[in-house]
Amino acid sequence: MNQNYAVPAVALVVLATVLVGALGLRISRTTSDFYVASRTVGPRLNAAAISGEYLSAASFLGIAGLVLVQGPDMLWYPVGYTAGYLVLLVFVAAPLRRSGAYTLPDFAEARLESRSVRRLAAALVVGVGWLYLLPQLQGAGLTLHVLTGAPRWFGGVLVAVVVVATVAAGGMRSITFVQAFQYWLKLTALLVPALFLLLAWHGDGAPRVAFDEPAAFREQRTVRVDDTLDIKLAAPLTVTATGTVDGTRHHAQRLLLPAGTHRVERGTRLVFAPGDPVPGGDAGGSGMSTPLAHARQERPLYATYGLIVATFLGTMGLPHVVVRFYTSPHGVAARRTTVVVLGLIGAFYLLPPVYGALGRLYAPELALTGQADAAVLVLPHLVIGGVGGNLLGALLAGGAFAAFLSTASGLTLAVAGVLTQDVLPTRGVRHFRLATLLAVVVPLAASALVGGLPVADAVGLAFAVSASSFCPLLVLGIWWRGLTPPGAVAGMVAGGGSALLAVTATMAGLPGGGPLHALLAWPALWSVPLGFLTMILVSLATASRIPAGTAAILARFHLPEALYAGQRTAPREVQP
Amino acid sequence: MPQDPTERRVVVTGVPRRTRGLGGYRPRTEIDEQTTLGHTYVRSLMRSQLLAGLTVFAVLVLLVGPLPLVFAVRPQNPGLVWGVLGFGVYPPLVLLARWYVKRAERNERDFARLVEDR
Repeated sequence: MNQNYAVPAVALVVLATVLVGALGLRISRTTSDFYVASRTVGPRLNAAAISGEYLSAASFLGIAGLVLVQGPDMLWYPVGYTAGYLVLLVFVAAPLRRSGAYTLPDFAEARLESRSVRRLAAALVVGVGWLYLLPQLQGAGLTLHVLTGAPRWFGGVLVAVVVVATVAAGGMRSITFVQAFQYWLKLTALLVPALFLLLAWHGDGAPRVAFDEPAAFREQRTVRVDDTLDIKLAAPLTVTATGTVDGTRHHAQRLLLPAGTHRVERGTRLVFAPGDPVPGGDAGGSGMSTPLAHARQERPLYATYGLIVATFLGTMGLPHVVVRFYTSPHGVAARRTTVVVLGLIGAFYLLPPVYGALGRLYAPELALTGQADAAVLVLPHLVIGGVGGNLLGALLAGGAFAAFLSTASGLTLAVAGVLTQDVLPTRGVRHFRLATLLAVVVPLAASALVGGLPVADAVGLAFAVSASSFCPLLVLGIWWRGLTPPGAVAGMVAGGGSALLAVTATMAGLPGGGPLHALLAWPALWSVPLGFLTMILVSLATASRIPAGTAAILARFHLPEALYAGQRTAPREVQP
Repeated sequence: MPQDPTERRVVVTGVPRRTRGLGGYRPRTEIDEQTTLGHTYVRSLMRSQLLAGLTVFAVLVLLVGPLPLVFAVRPQNPGLVWGVLGFGVYPPLVLLARWYVKRAERNERDFARLVEDR
């Protein structure tokens, strides 16, 4: 990767972000502008903003890396990320907008008239938001490190500074422009190099081995191991090694490695013959492409269904997704916006598989050395080369950085909104700016402390927690009259809490293996029904506590605005 | 145009008075005043909207649910997985969404016609 091209590209993206943000700042006048862009964002602009915010680095870099390492089954991630919006559309979008609330805690309080439900929802929103922010900051550090050799903390700090500046200065109005701009930037940055790569692939005779399973080397390939790693072999493999393998030094010797795990020390050179399957590597789990891979290998079907449930149902509860719907002018616009979002996100997700497939073809050794996340960034250089390859690589670097910036700003905005309303003593724009700082600094500090938590793991955890706590709250809150405050609290604690505990236990490495391990690593399949059931049963048991205003609130959620306008109690406008 | 701006005539208007208040029956007032009948109207709208949502959700589950099983029993055809997950599922998702929005908006129009008594 040529840093002479990458550094200007990243700088350009940062500069453009600040400029577009400043443009929004000039027309951001009132408090309402600040929080919800005065609720006047039309479907197209809002949809581009939602998509721009949603497509994080895990989408831009991570999916191609996952596909490269683990094959096409990983394409369930983008499918789930997209289908989540369909579920959100049919159950939540319009009523959520009509609820007139600004954040999930607002929704919880408006629906259930209970401060304690509100506080629990606020805690969960902040928790999920920080969980999601952490890998964004870490990923930015990793990307900048790969691209330019800058120290690992630098990328995270850069993202944090830019995000705080744009969010604190302009609020929702300017962020809307920034994120709409970044969607188109990301799409272009992924589309243009993909076209050139496909042309190069075509010129290469359009080899189809990329789709074979497992991935194999096409030609004799020498792989230099930069960091000590463990490789896992499903079958015995013969390689030529120069360096230390399993504690023994070799010099250009042919080795027959039996199936199992082998330790390869740094500086070792391995030569693979054409047709050899690409072994899986594990370089300490610092990348985005190792999402609980072991549990997946043991029980692929269970893991796939767990992933489907978490992503399909988890999207509706993600704090940065929810907050965007309040900027639509009315419920009908919120629905139409979601359809456009589905189209935009679906179009984007056609591209990462291209990179994943070409990566398997032209850079299979990335899977071995644990740098699969860099596949998208280095492919133009490997396949096309020359100035053209470098320019396309720079475009991709800029797009990747846009991905970090947009998702991080959306999350920061959502977390800061909740912090302002529920944690800080007084409200107002000045405290919102303080909350913005707080929203970013905590995960930044955590990323310095925790070190390498794989991006996809943390993102998957956020989805699972959201699916088992916010999904029952939203769906039952919108469609069921019988929901009570104790029921909501119990359901969120049982569902979200157990999902959180399960994945934390997996990450800490508690269960060694077997069925229990898979059960804990992919909790959504049991924690979502647990959340729903607890919420329903406890609500039924405490039926006397059904809030008095339930019927009126549900009428507001579901009646078209034109009809509702005549009602005596006007919808509560947000005055944060 | 009078010279002195204070002399300008100003028309003061009030909220137009409802002429149909007592005589004409409107289901709309039932909803506004939260009577039992009003709740029944809201319930009927909720039921039709929930039905539309559940229909789409059921189609989604039937469409996507069996896919992992299909892929599991046909591992000899990796191109299928690439084709379906990389491209094939997205158009149905968008079509389902468009169908739902049309249906939901029609439900709301029908409901508005019912309660506005037009």
